[in-house]
Amino acid sequence: MAIDVLMPALSPTMEKGNLTKWVKQEGDTVKSGDVLAEIETDKATMEVEAVDEGILGKILVPEGTQDVAVNTPIAIIVAEGEDVNAAPAAAPVAPVAAPAVAAAPVAAAAPAAPVAVAHADPEVPAGTEYVTMTVREALRDAMAEEMRRDGDVFVMGEEVAEYQGAYKITQGLLQEFGDRRVIDTPITEHGFAGVGVGAAFAGLKPIVEFMTFNFAMQAIDQIINSAAKTHYMSGGQVSSSIVFRGPNGAAARVAAQHSQDYSAWYSNVPGLKVVAPYSAADAKGLLKAAIRDPNPVIFLENEILYGHSFEVPKLDDFVLPIGKARIARPGKDVTLVSFSIGMTYALKAADELAKQGIEAEVIDLRTIRPMDVPTIVASVQKTGRCVTVEEGWPQSGVGAEIVAQLMDKAFDYLDAPVLRVTGKDVPMPYAANLEKLALPSVADVIEAVHAVTYR
Amino acid sequence: MAPRKPAARAATAAAAPATFTKEEDFLAYREMLLIRRFEEKAGQMYGMGLIGGFCHLYIGQEAVVVGMQMAMQPGDQVITGYRDHGHMLATGMEAGGVMAELTGRRGGYSKGKGGSMHMFSIEKQFFGGHGIVGAQVSLGTGLAFADRYKGNGAVSVTYFGDGAANQGQVYESFNMAELWKLPVVYVIENNKYAMGTSVTRSSAQTDFSKRGTSFNIPGEQVDGMDVRAVRTAGERALAFAREGNGPYILEMQTYRYRGHSMSDPAKYRSKEEVQKMRTEHDPIEQVRARLLNAHAASEEELKKIDGEIREIVNAAADFASHDPEPDPAELYTDVLR
Repeated sequence: MAIDVLMPALSPTMEKGNLTKWVKQEGDTVKSGDVLAEIETDKATMEVEAVDEGILGKILVPEGTQDVAVNTPIAIIVAEGEDVNAAPAAAPVAPVAAPAVAAAPVAAAAPAAPVAVAHADPEVPAGTEYVTMTVREALRDAMAEEMRRDGDVFVMGEEVAEYQGAYKITQGLLQEFGDRRVIDTPITEHGFAGVGVGAAFAGLKPIVEFMTFNFAMQAIDQIINSAAKTHYMSGGQVSSSIVFRGPNGAAARVAAQHSQDYSAWYSNVPGLKVVAPYSAADAKGLLKAAIRDPNPVIFLENEILYGHSFEVPKLDDFVLPIGKARIARPGKDVTLVSFSIGMTYALKAADELAKQGIEAEVIDLRTIRPMDVPTIVASVQKTGRCVTVEEGWPQSGVGAEIVAQLMDKAFDYLDAPVLRVTGKDVPMPYAANLEKLALPSVADVIEAVHAVTYR
Repeated sequence: MAPRKPAARAATAAAAPATFTKEEDFLAYREMLLIRRFEEKAGQMYGMGLIGGFCHLYIGQEAVVVGMQMAMQPGDQVITGYRDHGHMLATGMEAGGVMAELTGRRGGYSKGKGGSMHMFSIEKQFFGGHGIVGAQVSLGTGLAFADRYKGNGAVSVTYFGDGAANQGQVYESFNMAELWKLPVVYVIENNKYAMGTSVTRSSAQTDFSKRGTSFNIPGEQVDGMDVRAVRTAGERALAFAREGNGPYILEMQTYRYRGHSMSDPAKYRSKEEVQKMRTEHDPIEQVRARLLNAHAASEEELKKIDGEIREIVNAAADFASHDPEPDPAELYTDVLR
């Protein structure tokens, strides 16, 4: 009975990887636990172990192949004496594909990812060359550039140095800047957040990485009571130029404690700035701005977006203004306001809606606090309708704030109630189908747009 | 990493404190008296409704901050919790500015926006004044991180109480401070009561000098009512940290005469207990007696100091009572830089 060896997923968000090396060759006997091959993602190199016994009958994907999708059969293991050619090699692909979709609801968004919206940011000079890079690379480059520029900038957090970052955002920083400036901490969020704020009080510019913002709840007292409030409480004497960054929100299949969106939490706090970029260009330009900002900045990344590629302007010093939204797609019929991974739903919905003759204007907030309300209001004055899109919970969420702002500043321009598309009001479930239901969807956005446009 | 020599631990049973010169005793007397009189005045003004909210007085603990300050060098930082008036005065912050902050006036160190628990002075390297119990321990460790990063030779003197010593982040900070050999002296002011809960009811290990044991941080217990003992231990600890050996813990055995805050009737202890500390161990009376007996100072010399201190405190109270409240426009300033 031939068994397919499938390209494994090494993390909840991995979608593809490179097959770098076959350790076993065709005809070799393999036992459960033997290393068959080495594969590599943008985060790590890992070994593929056999889980079955037999003979490596056929290698389907040769070594050196790039971008092998998760769950692609890469080899066939056959029993002793079995003819590999008699085994249905390609046939198992179909049954494998079905669970693959269910297992990674994010995979749907992936193919559309390398879309770089063509609108020139007003900050980028005309004629600038663009390079394609992932959000992950953009974040790393932003930190490296700022660390080269300013000796007071350092990065600390769990696994940021020798491990090269749990999500490989700090890859190569230890090698370039050494262990004085790239510091592995114990697993002690409350403590090292406080150490970071104290160092900032003394004039340094720490970048504190949380492995995920879920763990920053342990540290939220230091973030809010010490970092956000001290400038005010000291009458302007003591400030903290500090960035707290890391992945925020749901990854994939990691359940409730690892899947919370904190955008609304931090945006509630005066004394903080809150940035949540979607594209690689914004990630780079805004992280550089955050590091230079004399105030504490909460920089909310998204694990699923880390591997997405975008066009980033090739400039020596690309810094974007914090607090300015971007019109990601112009339109006249309805305004979609979103940020971070919410943009993937908003942009895809806008594509679909265009086919139906509805031109949606999509605003990427980029910064949650201070919120660029004038840009939203200007758009709603044009469209008369608005739908907000976020993965976070509905009550007191970012969408709720936008609704309140529009009541206050654009009431007379509205032709329909503003609707919110949000994550459902439940802790994130683990089961693939329930998780998918708990998150917003493109269909939810389209339905909301139909409701506000009465079409 | 080389194992720590147990030498420092042996210092727990410290030798008799070094004697002070007459000038040193005069300085200590003056500094402690300023804190005592300032706090008495603050208590009085609280009673008059001029000071609002929480107000935690330092009366009884004066020898701790004054002795530590005598051991410190310029550039060393100080950070503490909410019982912070004494620390500020010891670092040389102006009594008028501190009192005006207590009354919420524009001339206060935080322009009236911080109050009793939240004052700062970059000039004096005083980093607050923190109202969340234990938070200053991580922050003070961060100040030490910056000292090591900059290589400036300074030490962070991080004060906290026996109550804060039970907070989790204290131990997270201990771990990092020792791991990275940060120049920090943790001064645990054990005044016997965390608000109304005595140390024996809240702490499994009541010898706070041992709280760093599992991190290999040396510690010692110090008679925190004797300013000489404090300075001697402080010098030893500061030198240890400054030389790159990492953190050091000093448990200051002290006592607060007043309640936890102004609103605390202090029914968890007897009047006799308080009275015994006042009559037998008062830090200021000890110095006063030494000045009169050992140093042959005259009553007139001491009276002169008393008068000067009263003048400073009265001027501070007068300023704090008459300085205007912050301009309403200040509501929205200093939120962001």
